[in-house]
Amino acid sequence: MMAGRTGPELVLFVDRIGCDGYGTCAELLPEMITLDEWGYPIMRRDPIPTHLLPYARKAVDSCPVLALRLADPGRVTIGVAPVRTPAVQPAAVGVRSRRDTKPLRTGR
Amino acid sequence: MNRRILAGPSLAGGAESLDAHRERLGPLPGRMDSRELIATLERSGLLGRGGAGFPVGRKWASVASRAEGQAVVLANGAEGEPLSAKDRILMATRPHLVLDGIELAAAAVGAHRIVVYVGSEHQDAKRAMSRAVAERRNARRGRRTAAGPGVGSGAGSAIPMRLIAAPVGYASGEESAAVHFVNEGDARPVTVPPRPYERGVAGRPTLVQNVESLANAALIARFGDAWYREAGLGETKGTALITVTGAPQSGLTEIELGTTIGEVARLCGIESPRPVMLGGYFGGWLAGEAAWPMALDPVSLRAAGSAFGAGVVSFLEPGACGVVTTARVMDFMAGSSAAQCGPCVFGLRAIADASARVARGRGRQDDTRRIVGWIESIAGRGACRLPDGTIGFMASALRVFRDEFDSHQNHRRCTAPHGEGRAA
Repeated sequence: MMAGRTGPELVLFVDRIGCDGYGTCAELLPEMITLDEWGYPIMRRDPIPTHLLPYARKAVDSCPVLALRLADPGRVTIGVAPVRTPAVQPAAVGVRSRRDTKPLRTGR
Repeated sequence: MNRRILAGPSLAGGAESLDAHRERLGPLPGRMDSRELIATLERSGLLGRGGAGFPVGRKWASVASRAEGQAVVLANGAEGEPLSAKDRILMATRPHLVLDGIELAAAAVGAHRIVVYVGSEHQDAKRAMSRAVAERRNARRGRRTAAGPGVGSGAGSAIPMRLIAAPVGYASGEESAAVHFVNEGDARPVTVPPRPYERGVAGRPTLVQNVESLANAALIARFGDAWYREAGLGETKGTALITVTGAPQSGLTEIELGTTIGEVARLCGIESPRPVMLGGYFGGWLAGEAAWPMALDPVSLRAAGSAFGAGVVSFLEPGACGVVTTARVMDFMAGSSAAQCGPCVFGLRAIADASARVARGRGRQDDTRRIVGWIESIAGRGACRLPDGTIGFMASALRVFRDEFDSHQNHRRCTAPHGEGRAA
Protein backbone atom coordinates (compact mmCIF):
# COMPACT_ATOMS: atom_id res chain seq x y z
CA MET A 1 0.00 0.00 0.00
CA MET A 2 2.97 2.29 0.52
CA ALA A 3 4.18 1.91 -3.05
CA GLY A 4 3.43 4.30 -5.87
CA ARG A 5 2.71 7.37 -3.81
CA THR A 6 3.65 10.49 -5.72
CA GLY A 7 2.31 13.99 -6.11
CA PRO A 8 0.26 15.83 -3.52
CA GLU A 9 -0.85 13.67 -0.64
CA LEU A 10 -4.55 13.59 0.01
CA VAL A 11 -6.55 12.00 2.76
CA LEU A 12 -10.22 11.23 3.02
CA PHE A 13 -12.25 13.54 5.19
CA VAL A 14 -15.82 12.83 6.09
CA ASP A 15 -18.15 15.48 7.39
CA ARG A 16 -19.51 13.44 10.28
CA ILE A 17 -22.49 15.71 10.73
CA GLY A 18 -23.42 15.57 7.07
CA CYS A 19 -22.94 11.81 6.77
CA ASP A 20 -26.17 9.83 6.88
CA GLY A 21 -24.62 6.41 6.51
CA TYR A 22 -25.64 5.61 2.92
CA GLY A 23 -22.48 3.51 2.63
CA THR A 24 -21.84 4.26 -1.04
CA CYS A 25 -18.25 5.28 -0.29
CA ALA A 26 -17.38 1.94 1.29
CA GLU A 27 -18.68 0.11 -1.76
CA LEU A 28 -16.64 2.21 -4.15
CA LEU A 29 -13.47 2.36 -2.09
CA PRO A 30 -13.30 -0.69 0.17
CA GLU A 31 -9.50 -0.40 0.33
CA MET A 32 -9.84 2.79 2.36
CA ILE A 33 -13.32 2.72 3.85
CA THR A 34 -15.23 0.16 5.87
CA LEU A 35 -18.54 0.54 7.62
CA ASP A 36 -19.28 0.14 11.31
CA GLU A 37 -22.20 -1.94 12.54
CA TRP A 38 -24.56 0.99 12.06
CA GLY A 39 -23.41 1.66 8.52
CA TYR A 40 -21.21 4.71 9.14
CA PRO A 41 -17.81 4.88 7.49
CA ILE A 42 -14.52 4.10 9.19
CA MET A 43 -11.74 5.61 7.10
CA ARG A 44 -8.10 4.86 6.98
CA ARG A 45 -6.17 7.94 8.02
CA ASP A 46 -3.14 7.50 5.79
CA PRO A 47 -2.82 9.25 2.44
CA ILE A 48 -4.65 7.74 -0.51
CA PRO A 49 -2.26 5.72 -2.72
CA THR A 50 -2.03 7.22 -6.19
CA HIS A 51 -3.55 4.22 -7.92
CA LEU A 52 -6.68 4.58 -5.81
CA LEU A 53 -7.13 8.31 -6.38
CA PRO A 54 -9.57 7.93 -9.30
CA TYR A 55 -11.73 5.63 -7.18
CA ALA A 56 -11.53 8.03 -4.26
CA ARG A 57 -12.74 10.87 -6.51
CA LYS A 58 -15.56 8.69 -7.71
CA ALA A 59 -16.53 7.93 -4.11
CA VAL A 60 -16.47 11.63 -3.27
CA ASP A 61 -18.66 12.45 -6.28
CA SER A 62 -21.08 9.65 -5.48
CA CYS A 63 -21.86 10.52 -1.89
CA PRO A 64 -25.59 11.29 -1.87
CA VAL A 65 -25.21 13.93 0.85
CA LEU A 66 -21.83 15.30 -0.29
CA ALA A 67 -20.25 14.45 3.05
CA LEU A 68 -17.04 12.96 1.69
CA ARG A 69 -14.07 15.09 0.70
CA LEU A 70 -10.48 14.79 -0.32
CA ALA A 71 -8.32 16.99 1.82
CA ASP A 72 -4.79 18.06 2.34
CA PRO A 73 -3.75 16.23 5.52
CA GLY A 74 -2.34 19.43 7.04
CA ARG A 75 -5.67 21.12 6.59
CA VAL A 76 -7.68 18.46 8.34
CA THR A 77 -5.58 18.45 11.46
CA ILE A 78 -4.99 22.19 11.80
CA GLY A 79 -5.36 23.32 15.36
CA VAL A 80 -6.69 19.97 16.47
CA ALA A 81 -5.04 18.05 19.24
CA PRO A 82 -3.90 14.63 18.07
CA VAL A 83 -6.57 12.02 18.55
CA ARG A 84 -5.87 10.21 21.76
CA THR A 85 -6.76 6.61 21.22
CA PRO A 86 -8.08 5.31 24.50
CA ALA A 87 -5.55 3.08 26.14
CA VAL A 88 -7.39 -0.19 26.25
CA GLN A 89 -5.63 -3.43 25.64
CA PRO A 90 -7.74 -5.31 23.14
CA ALA A 91 -5.43 -8.31 23.38
CA ALA A 92 -6.29 -8.68 27.05
CA VAL A 93 -9.94 -9.17 26.26
CA GLY A 94 -9.56 -10.82 22.90
CA VAL A 95 -11.11 -8.23 20.59
CA ARG A 96 -9.62 -7.34 17.26
CA SER A 97 -9.57 -3.75 16.19
CA ARG A 98 -12.54 -3.12 13.92
CA ARG A 99 -10.29 -1.18 11.63
CA ASP A 100 -8.50 -4.41 10.84
CA THR A 101 -11.60 -6.09 9.52
CA LYS A 102 -11.66 -6.70 5.80
CA PRO A 103 -14.42 -5.09 3.82
CA LEU A 104 -15.16 -8.25 1.89
CA ARG A 105 -16.06 -11.43 3.62
CA THR A 106 -14.44 -14.53 2.19
CA GLY A 107 -16.13 -17.91 2.33
CA ARG A 108 -15.49 -19.94 5.38
CA MET B 1 -1.71 28.82 49.57
CA ASN B 2 -2.31 32.34 48.45
CA ARG B 3 -5.50 32.76 46.58
CA ARG B 4 -5.30 34.75 43.41
CA ILE B 5 -8.44 34.38 41.35
CA LEU B 6 -10.42 33.93 44.54
CA ALA B 7 -8.54 36.55 46.54
CA GLY B 8 -10.63 39.26 48.12
CA PRO B 9 -13.87 39.17 50.06
CA SER B 10 -15.63 35.95 51.02
CA LEU B 11 -17.41 34.22 48.16
CA ALA B 12 -20.50 34.00 50.32
CA GLY B 13 -20.85 37.77 49.95
CA GLY B 14 -21.89 37.38 46.32
CA ALA B 15 -20.69 39.56 43.49
CA GLU B 16 -17.88 41.98 44.19
CA SER B 17 -18.91 45.50 43.15
CA LEU B 18 -16.97 47.57 40.64
CA ASP B 19 -15.82 49.96 43.35
CA ALA B 20 -14.63 47.17 45.63
CA HIS B 21 -12.93 45.43 42.72
CA ARG B 22 -11.10 48.59 41.69
CA GLU B 23 -10.09 49.42 45.20
CA ARG B 24 -8.68 45.94 45.74
CA LEU B 25 -6.83 45.45 42.48
CA GLY B 26 -6.45 48.91 41.05
CA PRO B 27 -7.31 49.80 37.48
CA LEU B 28 -6.08 47.82 34.53
CA PRO B 29 -2.83 49.27 33.24
CA GLY B 30 -3.86 51.93 30.75
CA ARG B 31 -2.52 51.99 27.22
CA MET B 32 -1.34 48.45 26.99
CA ASP B 33 0.30 47.59 23.73
CA SER B 34 -1.54 44.57 22.29
CA ARG B 35 1.58 42.82 21.13
CA GLU B 36 3.22 43.32 24.48
CA LEU B 37 0.20 41.95 26.34
CA ILE B 38 0.03 38.87 24.13
CA ALA B 39 3.76 38.32 24.58
CA THR B 40 3.31 38.61 28.34
CA LEU B 41 0.54 36.01 28.27
CA GLU B 42 2.71 33.70 26.19
CA ARG B 43 5.59 34.05 28.64
CA SER B 44 3.25 33.37 31.55
CA GLY B 45 2.48 29.92 30.17
CA LEU B 46 -1.22 30.35 30.98
CA LEU B 47 -3.24 27.45 29.59
CA GLY B 48 -6.94 27.67 28.73
CA ARG B 49 -9.23 26.48 31.51
CA GLY B 50 -12.20 25.35 29.46
CA GLY B 51 -10.88 21.81 29.25
CA ALA B 52 -8.56 21.60 26.27
CA GLY B 53 -5.69 23.47 27.92
CA PHE B 54 -4.62 25.35 24.80
CA PRO B 55 -2.03 28.11 25.44
CA VAL B 56 -3.94 31.36 25.89
CA GLY B 57 -1.31 33.71 24.45
CA ARG B 58 -1.01 31.66 21.28
CA LYS B 59 -4.79 31.62 20.83
CA TRP B 60 -4.97 35.42 21.17
CA ALA B 61 -2.12 35.80 18.70
CA SER B 62 -3.80 33.63 16.08
CA VAL B 63 -7.03 35.63 16.31
CA ALA B 64 -5.16 38.96 16.35
CA SER B 65 -3.24 38.07 13.20
CA ARG B 66 -6.50 37.59 11.29
CA ALA B 67 -8.65 40.23 12.96
CA GLU B 68 -8.20 43.41 10.94
CA GLY B 69 -10.04 45.16 13.74
CA GLN B 70 -13.15 43.07 13.15
CA ALA B 71 -12.65 40.11 15.46
CA VAL B 72 -15.14 38.90 18.05
CA VAL B 73 -14.50 37.84 21.62
CA LEU B 74 -16.78 35.14 22.98
CA ALA B 75 -16.31 34.70 26.73
CA ASN B 76 -17.35 31.15 27.46
CA GLY B 77 -19.17 30.62 30.72
CA ALA B 78 -21.53 27.88 29.50
CA GLU B 79 -20.04 25.30 31.89
CA GLY B 80 -22.09 22.29 30.84
CA GLU B 81 -19.95 19.82 32.79
CA PRO B 82 -22.29 18.65 35.58
CA LEU B 83 -19.49 18.14 38.11
CA SER B 84 -17.90 21.53 37.58
CA ALA B 85 -19.01 24.69 39.35
CA LYS B 86 -15.94 26.89 39.07
CA ASP B 87 -17.03 29.06 36.16
CA ARG B 88 -20.49 29.82 37.52
CA ILE B 89 -19.07 30.68 40.96
CA LEU B 90 -16.32 32.79 39.45
CA MET B 91 -18.84 34.80 37.40
CA ALA B 92 -21.21 35.09 40.35
CA THR B 93 -18.56 36.38 42.74
CA ARG B 94 -15.84 38.09 40.66
CA PRO B 95 -17.69 39.36 37.60
CA HIS B 96 -15.41 42.37 37.18
CA LEU B 97 -12.29 40.26 37.06
CA VAL B 98 -13.86 38.33 34.19
CA LEU B 99 -14.97 41.54 32.47
CA ASP B 100 -11.47 42.99 32.83
CA GLY B 101 -10.16 39.94 31.02
CA ILE B 102 -12.79 40.28 28.33
CA GLU B 103 -11.91 43.91 27.70
CA LEU B 104 -8.22 43.15 27.56
CA ALA B 105 -8.86 40.34 25.12
CA ALA B 106 -11.05 42.53 22.94
CA ALA B 107 -8.40 45.24 22.80
CA ALA B 108 -5.55 42.80 22.26
CA VAL B 109 -7.08 40.81 19.40
CA GLY B 110 -8.77 43.78 17.76
CA ALA B 111 -12.41 42.96 18.43
CA HIS B 112 -15.37 45.06 17.43
CA ARG B 113 -17.89 42.89 19.21
CA ILE B 114 -18.09 40.96 22.48
CA VAL B 115 -20.38 38.08 23.43
CA VAL B 116 -20.61 36.85 27.00
CA TYR B 117 -22.01 33.32 26.83
CA VAL B 118 -23.33 32.15 30.19
CA GLY B 119 -25.11 28.86 30.90
CA SER B 120 -28.80 29.66 31.24
CA GLU B 121 -29.06 27.44 34.34
CA HIS B 122 -26.40 29.47 36.15
CA GLN B 123 -28.80 32.07 37.54
CA ASP B 124 -26.44 33.79 39.97
CA ALA B 125 -23.73 34.04 37.37
CA LYS B 126 -26.07 35.53 34.78
CA ARG B 127 -27.41 38.07 37.24
CA ALA B 128 -23.96 39.07 38.47
CA MET B 129 -22.52 39.40 34.98
CA SER B 130 -25.41 41.44 33.70
CA ARG B 131 -25.29 43.76 36.73
CA ALA B 132 -21.54 44.15 36.36
CA VAL B 133 -21.91 45.11 32.71
CA ALA B 134 -24.47 47.74 33.72
CA GLU B 135 -22.23 49.03 36.51
CA ARG B 136 -19.44 49.58 34.03
CA ARG B 137 -21.71 51.27 31.54
CA ASN B 138 -22.89 53.69 34.22
CA ALA B 139 -19.35 54.33 35.38
CA ARG B 140 -18.29 55.06 31.81
CA ARG B 141 -21.16 57.48 31.30
CA GLY B 142 -20.29 59.20 34.54
CA ARG B 143 -16.69 59.72 33.66
CA ARG B 144 -17.03 60.46 29.97
CA THR B 145 -17.42 64.15 30.66
CA ALA B 146 -14.31 64.16 32.81
CA ALA B 147 -11.69 61.97 31.19
CA GLY B 148 -13.09 60.12 28.21
CA PRO B 149 -13.53 56.38 27.92
CA GLY B 150 -11.01 53.84 26.87
CA VAL B 151 -9.94 50.27 27.28
CA GLY B 152 -7.84 49.90 30.36
CA SER B 153 -9.80 52.44 32.30
CA GLY B 154 -11.63 49.61 34.04
CA ALA B 155 -14.84 51.44 33.37
CA GLY B 156 -15.91 49.34 30.45
CA SER B 157 -14.89 49.63 26.87
CA ALA B 158 -17.05 51.11 24.20
CA ILE B 159 -17.08 47.85 22.26
CA PRO B 160 -20.67 46.53 22.07
CA MET B 161 -21.20 43.64 24.45
CA ARG B 162 -24.06 41.16 24.52
CA LEU B 163 -24.89 38.72 27.26
CA ILE B 164 -26.28 35.52 25.76
CA ALA B 165 -27.74 32.63 27.75
CA ALA B 166 -26.33 29.30 26.60
CA PRO B 167 -28.88 26.49 26.31
CA VAL B 168 -28.55 23.78 28.93
CA GLY B 169 -26.51 20.89 27.61
CA TYR B 170 -23.11 19.31 27.70
CA ALA B 171 -22.21 20.15 24.13
CA SER B 172 -23.50 23.73 24.04
CA GLY B 173 -20.27 25.03 25.58
CA GLU B 174 -18.13 23.39 22.91
CA GLU B 175 -16.56 26.28 21.03
CA SER B 176 -18.03 25.61 17.60
CA ALA B 177 -21.43 25.02 19.23
CA ALA B 178 -21.20 28.34 21.07
CA VAL B 179 -20.43 30.16 17.83
CA HIS B 180 -23.20 28.26 16.04
CA PHE B 181 -25.69 29.32 18.72
CA VAL B 182 -24.74 32.98 18.48
CA ASN B 183 -24.94 32.86 14.71
CA GLU B 184 -27.98 30.69 14.15
CA GLY B 185 -29.57 29.88 17.48
CA ASP B 186 -28.48 26.26 17.26
CA ALA B 187 -26.12 25.19 20.05
CA ARG B 188 -24.84 22.07 18.31
CA PRO B 189 -21.23 21.66 17.25
CA VAL B 190 -20.42 22.13 13.58
CA THR B 191 -17.88 20.42 11.38
CA VAL B 192 -14.45 22.02 11.68
CA PRO B 193 -12.34 23.42 10.12
CA PRO B 194 -12.91 26.29 9.78
CA ARG B 195 -12.38 26.73 13.50
CA PRO B 196 -13.77 29.75 15.33
CA TYR B 197 -10.41 31.54 15.37
CA GLU B 198 -10.53 31.45 11.57
CA ARG B 199 -14.24 31.98 10.99
CA GLY B 200 -16.57 32.32 13.95
CA VAL B 201 -19.30 34.72 15.01
CA ALA B 202 -20.71 36.46 11.91
CA GLY B 203 -17.93 34.84 9.92
CA ARG B 204 -15.28 36.86 11.77
CA PRO B 205 -12.18 35.47 13.51
CA THR B 206 -13.45 34.73 17.00
CA LEU B 207 -11.63 34.24 20.26
CA VAL B 208 -13.60 31.72 22.28
CA GLN B 209 -12.08 31.82 25.73
CA ASN B 210 -13.17 30.31 29.02
CA VAL B 211 -14.03 32.83 31.73
CA GLU B 212 -11.40 31.56 34.20
CA SER B 213 -8.72 31.99 31.54
CA LEU B 214 -9.91 35.57 31.02
CA ALA B 215 -9.82 36.28 34.77
CA ASN B 216 -6.23 35.02 34.83
CA ALA B 217 -5.35 37.27 31.93
CA ALA B 218 -6.69 40.25 33.90
CA LEU B 219 -4.32 39.45 36.76
CA ILE B 220 -1.34 38.80 34.52
CA ALA B 221 -1.88 42.13 32.75
CA ARG B 222 -1.72 43.86 36.14
CA PHE B 223 1.05 41.97 37.89
CA GLY B 224 3.10 40.47 35.08
CA ASP B 225 4.11 37.04 33.87
CA ALA B 226 6.91 36.69 36.43
CA TRP B 227 4.37 37.15 39.21
CA TYR B 228 2.09 34.58 37.62
CA ARG B 229 4.90 32.06 37.44
CA GLU B 230 5.71 32.43 41.13
CA ALA B 231 2.92 29.97 41.82
CA GLY B 232 3.00 26.41 40.52
CA LEU B 233 4.91 23.43 41.84
CA GLY B 234 5.62 21.59 38.63
CA GLU B 235 6.05 22.18 34.93
CA THR B 236 2.90 24.28 34.50
CA LYS B 237 2.92 27.47 36.52
CA GLY B 238 0.15 29.44 38.14
CA THR B 239 -2.97 28.51 40.03
CA ALA B 240 -6.23 26.94 38.94
CA LEU B 241 -9.76 26.66 40.19
CA ILE B 242 -10.87 23.12 40.88
CA THR B 243 -14.24 21.69 41.81
CA VAL B 244 -14.00 18.86 44.32
CA THR B 245 -16.89 16.44 44.85
CA GLY B 246 -17.30 13.25 46.84
CA ALA B 247 -15.27 14.55 49.79
CA PRO B 248 -16.35 15.66 53.29
CA GLN B 249 -15.37 19.22 52.30
CA SER B 250 -16.40 19.35 48.70
CA GLY B 251 -16.66 22.52 46.68
CA LEU B 252 -14.65 25.11 44.84
CA THR B 253 -11.03 25.74 45.69
CA GLU B 254 -7.98 27.31 44.14
CA ILE B 255 -4.76 25.32 44.05
CA GLU B 256 -1.25 25.86 42.85
CA LEU B 257 -0.85 23.77 39.73
CA GLY B 258 1.26 20.76 40.54
CA THR B 259 -0.44 20.09 43.88
CA THR B 260 -0.87 16.33 44.25
CA ILE B 261 -4.26 14.69 44.25
CA GLY B 262 -3.44 13.22 47.66
CA GLU B 263 -2.84 16.70 49.03
CA VAL B 264 -6.15 17.94 47.63
CA ALA B 265 -7.85 14.90 49.17
CA ARG B 266 -6.27 15.62 52.55
CA LEU B 267 -7.35 19.27 52.40
CA CYS B 268 -10.87 18.13 51.65
CA GLY B 269 -10.96 15.66 54.53
CA ILE B 270 -10.18 12.36 52.81
CA GLU B 271 -7.69 10.16 54.68
CA SER B 272 -6.95 7.17 52.45
CA PRO B 273 -6.65 6.70 48.69
CA ARG B 274 -9.76 5.91 46.70
CA PRO B 275 -10.71 6.06 43.04
CA VAL B 276 -10.99 9.54 41.64
CA MET B 277 -12.55 10.94 38.48
CA LEU B 278 -10.37 13.64 36.99
CA GLY B 279 -11.48 16.22 34.47
CA GLY B 280 -15.15 15.32 34.78
CA TYR B 281 -17.22 13.31 32.33
CA PHE B 282 -14.69 14.20 29.66
CA GLY B 283 -11.82 12.90 31.73
CA GLY B 284 -11.50 9.58 33.40
CA TRP B 285 -10.92 7.43 36.43
CA LEU B 286 -7.69 6.89 38.26
CA ALA B 287 -7.11 4.22 40.88
CA GLY B 288 -6.51 5.74 44.32
CA GLU B 289 -2.99 4.42 44.83
CA ALA B 290 -1.91 5.62 41.40
CA ALA B 291 -3.68 8.96 41.75
CA TRP B 292 -2.50 10.06 45.19
CA PRO B 293 1.08 11.02 44.24
CA MET B 294 0.01 12.48 40.88
CA ALA B 295 0.36 16.22 40.38
CA LEU B 296 -2.61 18.26 39.16
CA ASP B 297 -0.73 19.70 36.23
CA PRO B 298 -2.21 19.70 32.71
CA VAL B 299 1.09 18.80 31.08
CA SER B 300 2.17 15.96 33.33
CA LEU B 301 -1.37 14.57 33.50
CA ARG B 302 -1.59 14.49 29.74
CA ALA B 303 1.74 12.68 29.60
CA ALA B 304 0.30 10.14 32.03
CA GLY B 305 -2.72 9.58 29.78
CA SER B 306 -5.08 11.51 32.02
CA ALA B 307 -6.46 15.03 31.76
CA PHE B 308 -6.82 18.10 33.94
CA GLY B 309 -9.81 19.15 31.83
CA ALA B 310 -11.84 21.86 33.46
CA GLY B 311 -10.48 21.08 36.92
CA VAL B 312 -12.96 18.52 38.21
CA VAL B 313 -11.62 16.28 40.99
CA SER B 314 -14.39 13.90 41.92
CA PHE B 315 -13.70 11.23 44.51
CA LEU B 316 -15.75 8.04 44.47
CA GLU B 317 -17.97 8.18 47.54
CA PRO B 318 -17.08 5.56 50.12
CA GLY B 319 -19.04 2.41 49.43
CA ALA B 320 -20.19 3.56 46.00
CA CYS B 321 -19.78 1.21 43.05
CA GLY B 322 -17.52 2.37 40.22
CA VAL B 323 -19.42 0.27 37.69
CA VAL B 324 -22.79 1.76 38.59
CA THR B 325 -21.35 5.29 38.68
CA THR B 326 -19.74 4.77 35.29
CA ALA B 327 -22.98 3.44 33.81
CA ARG B 328 -24.79 6.58 34.97
CA VAL B 329 -22.16 8.82 33.42
CA MET B 330 -22.37 6.87 30.16
CA ASP B 331 -26.13 7.26 30.11
CA PHE B 332 -25.79 11.00 30.68
CA MET B 333 -23.19 11.35 27.95
CA ALA B 334 -25.16 9.29 25.44
CA GLY B 335 -28.08 11.60 26.20
CA SER B 336 -25.81 14.60 25.75
CA SER B 337 -24.91 13.74 22.19
CA ALA B 338 -26.07 16.47 19.86
CA ALA B 339 -27.40 13.58 17.75
CA GLN B 340 -25.62 14.66 14.61
CA CYS B 341 -22.91 12.09 13.95
CA GLY B 342 -23.80 8.41 13.52
CA PRO B 343 -20.90 6.91 15.48
CA CYS B 344 -21.73 9.17 18.45
CA VAL B 345 -25.51 8.66 18.32
CA PHE B 346 -25.42 4.87 18.00
CA GLY B 347 -22.07 4.10 19.57
CA LEU B 348 -22.51 6.00 22.82
CA ARG B 349 -26.02 4.64 23.22
CA ALA B 350 -24.77 1.08 22.68
CA ILE B 351 -22.02 1.58 25.27
CA ALA B 352 -24.41 3.20 27.74
CA ASP B 353 -26.98 0.40 27.40
CA ALA B 354 -24.39 -2.34 27.71
CA SER B 355 -22.76 -0.75 30.76
CA ALA B 356 -26.18 -0.29 32.35
CA ARG B 357 -26.89 -4.00 31.83
CA VAL B 358 -23.56 -4.95 33.34
CA ALA B 359 -24.09 -2.61 36.28
CA ARG B 360 -27.49 -4.19 36.98
CA GLY B 361 -25.98 -7.66 36.84
CA ARG B 362 -27.89 -8.40 33.65
CA GLY B 363 -24.95 -8.15 31.32
CA ARG B 364 -25.02 -10.30 28.20
CA GLN B 365 -22.18 -12.72 27.88
CA ASP B 366 -19.85 -10.49 25.92
CA ASP B 367 -21.09 -7.01 26.89
CA THR B 368 -17.77 -5.89 28.36
CA ARG B 369 -15.88 -7.09 25.32
CA ARG B 370 -18.32 -5.39 22.99
CA ILE B 371 -17.85 -2.14 24.90
CA VAL B 372 -14.14 -2.37 24.18
CA GLY B 373 -14.90 -2.95 20.51
CA TRP B 374 -17.19 0.07 20.33
CA ILE B 375 -14.58 2.22 22.06
CA GLU B 376 -12.11 1.38 19.33
CA SER B 377 -14.57 1.80 16.52
CA ILE B 378 -15.82 5.23 17.63
CA ALA B 379 -12.44 6.83 18.34
CA GLY B 380 -11.85 9.99 16.32
CA ARG B 381 -15.16 9.77 14.46
CA GLY B 382 -17.17 12.67 15.81
CA ALA B 383 -17.34 16.25 14.56
CA CYS B 384 -16.64 17.40 18.11
CA ARG B 385 -14.74 15.76 20.94
CA LEU B 386 -17.77 14.51 22.85
CA PRO B 387 -17.56 10.88 21.69
CA ASP B 388 -13.78 10.78 22.18
CA GLY B 389 -14.11 12.23 25.65
CA THR B 390 -16.82 9.75 26.54
CA ILE B 391 -15.05 6.64 25.30
CA GLY B 392 -11.85 7.80 27.02
CA PHE B 393 -13.86 7.90 30.23
CA MET B 394 -15.29 4.43 29.59
CA ALA B 395 -11.86 3.01 28.81
CA SER B 396 -10.49 4.41 32.05
CA ALA B 397 -13.37 2.81 33.97
CA LEU B 398 -12.58 -0.59 32.42
CA ARG B 399 -8.97 -0.20 33.56
CA VAL B 400 -9.59 1.09 37.07
CA PHE B 401 -12.64 -1.06 37.84
CA ARG B 402 -11.48 -4.12 35.94
CA ASP B 403 -12.24 -6.49 38.84
CA GLU B 404 -15.57 -4.84 39.56
CA PHE B 405 -16.66 -5.10 35.92
CA ASP B 406 -15.57 -8.73 35.92
CA SER B 407 -17.56 -9.38 39.08
CA HIS B 408 -20.65 -7.67 37.68
CA GLN B 409 -20.32 -9.31 34.28
CA ASN B 410 -19.38 -12.85 35.23
CA HIS B 411 -20.70 -13.32 38.74
CA ARG B 412 -23.58 -10.85 38.66
CA ARG B 413 -22.29 -9.54 41.93
CA CYS B 414 -21.57 -6.03 43.14
CA THR B 415 -18.71 -5.99 45.63
CA ALA B 416 -19.16 -2.38 46.71
CA PRO B 417 -20.28 -2.06 50.35
CA HIS B 418 -23.40 -0.20 49.32
CA GLY B 419 -24.12 -2.62 46.53
CA GLU B 420 -25.74 -5.11 48.94
CA GLY B 421 -23.81 -8.04 47.54
CA ARG B 422 -25.90 -8.24 44.44
CA ALA B 423 -25.55 -6.10 41.36
CA ALA B 424 -28.01 -3.26 41.78
